[in-house]
Amino acid sequence: MVQFRLPKNSRVVEGKRFPAEQAQRKKTFKIYRYDPDSGSNPRVDYYEIDLEKCGPMVLDALIKIKNEIDPTLTFRRSCREGICGSCAMNIDGSNTLACTKAIEDVKGDVKIYPLPHMPVVKDLVPDLTHFYAQYASVRPWMRTQSVAPPDKERLQSKEDRAKLDGLYECILCACCSTSCPSYWWNGDRYLGPAILLQAYRWLADSRDEATGERLDELEDPFRLYRCHTIMNCTRTCPKGLNPAKAIGEIKQMMIHRKSL
Amino acid sequence: MSLRTPLAIARNHGSAHDGVHHWWQQRLTAMALVPLLLWLVCAVVSLSQMDYMGAKQWLAEPLNATLSVLLTWVMAIHARLGVQVILEDYVSTRWQEVLLQILTRFIAFAGAAAASLFIVMIAAGR
Repeated sequence: MVQFRLPKNSRVVEGKRFPAEQAQRKKTFKIYRYDPDSGSNPRVDYYEIDLEKCGPMVLDALIKIKNEIDPTLTFRRSCREGICGSCAMNIDGSNTLACTKAIEDVKGDVKIYPLPHMPVVKDLVPDLTHFYAQYASVRPWMRTQSVAPPDKERLQSKEDRAKLDGLYECILCACCSTSCPSYWWNGDRYLGPAILLQAYRWLADSRDEATGERLDELEDPFRLYRCHTIMNCTRTCPKGLNPAKAIGEIKQMMIHRKSL
Repeated sequence: MSLRTPLAIARNHGSAHDGVHHWWQQRLTAMALVPLLLWLVCAVVSLSQMDYMGAKQWLAEPLNATLSVLLTWVMAIHARLGVQVILEDYVSTRWQEVLLQILTRFIAFAGAAAASLFIVMIAAGR
């Protein structure tokens, strides 16, 4: 059966406090901490920082904490402008990118957890191995039989190119997939919104010649049809994309090639 | 610890090439249930003013009997399809899921068969 409580060794306990008495504009960050080497349960540490001496985004605060308060705090980050997807985490109860989430948009204390229902490597770093393997399993590249013209690229009309808008912008940060209850319960077999949006990105590409094979590979009660249109994916996407719509389009394509 | 590669785990047993039929059946039965349930609400309202014999006569009318049998089956199929998905979602122990999947099918079809028989008996004046 589905489990309602975390296993004993995963239950979160109260952690350390790092107060900042001299701060002019105080903000408290409650951050999930887990160190696999210590053998102890995950905990939530409290960090107080002075917003007068910090950048505007949650990622600025995390970097400030790591630099000035607690160098053991572990998280992924790279581009700091919402294009790499490294700093995806659960902030103030919803999955988003720390680099594009403004601190002032969070009322009260800022609660930061790793992406939900993923194995945790350390602190805010989730293990996304299976997520990436699922991405590889849909073979996300152009598959063609016709040989490309020797002297120019494969052509695509402006209208056909426009069909990829809202799809190509996905940065694979995994915010949507890890916000999906269906992916939580059946992520071993369900591909999840991010991978299905990527699959649709190739189904929608006019230059691709493997549409039938792609649909064959997706036509499965778990891979595709675990989507129950919960819409968490679309609500949480930090890039403003609509994975639920892409999944709906795949379901339409499925029905389109069948006799009813 | 598994020594299988992440891709082998993700690919698992491959696609079942199935699911469209279930998806379409669920939507088809849902569409059919809209008028049937509206009819049921009207029927229940008018039935509440009748005595036992009056209700029996009402059900014996061909249109009412046909719609009742239809509603019984469409509801049973729709409910079975829905419960199937709930079990697939939430029951992760394989033998428990198989057992419950078998039971829901038996209960849905036995219930619908029994209900149709009773309606036919009433319509036949027994």
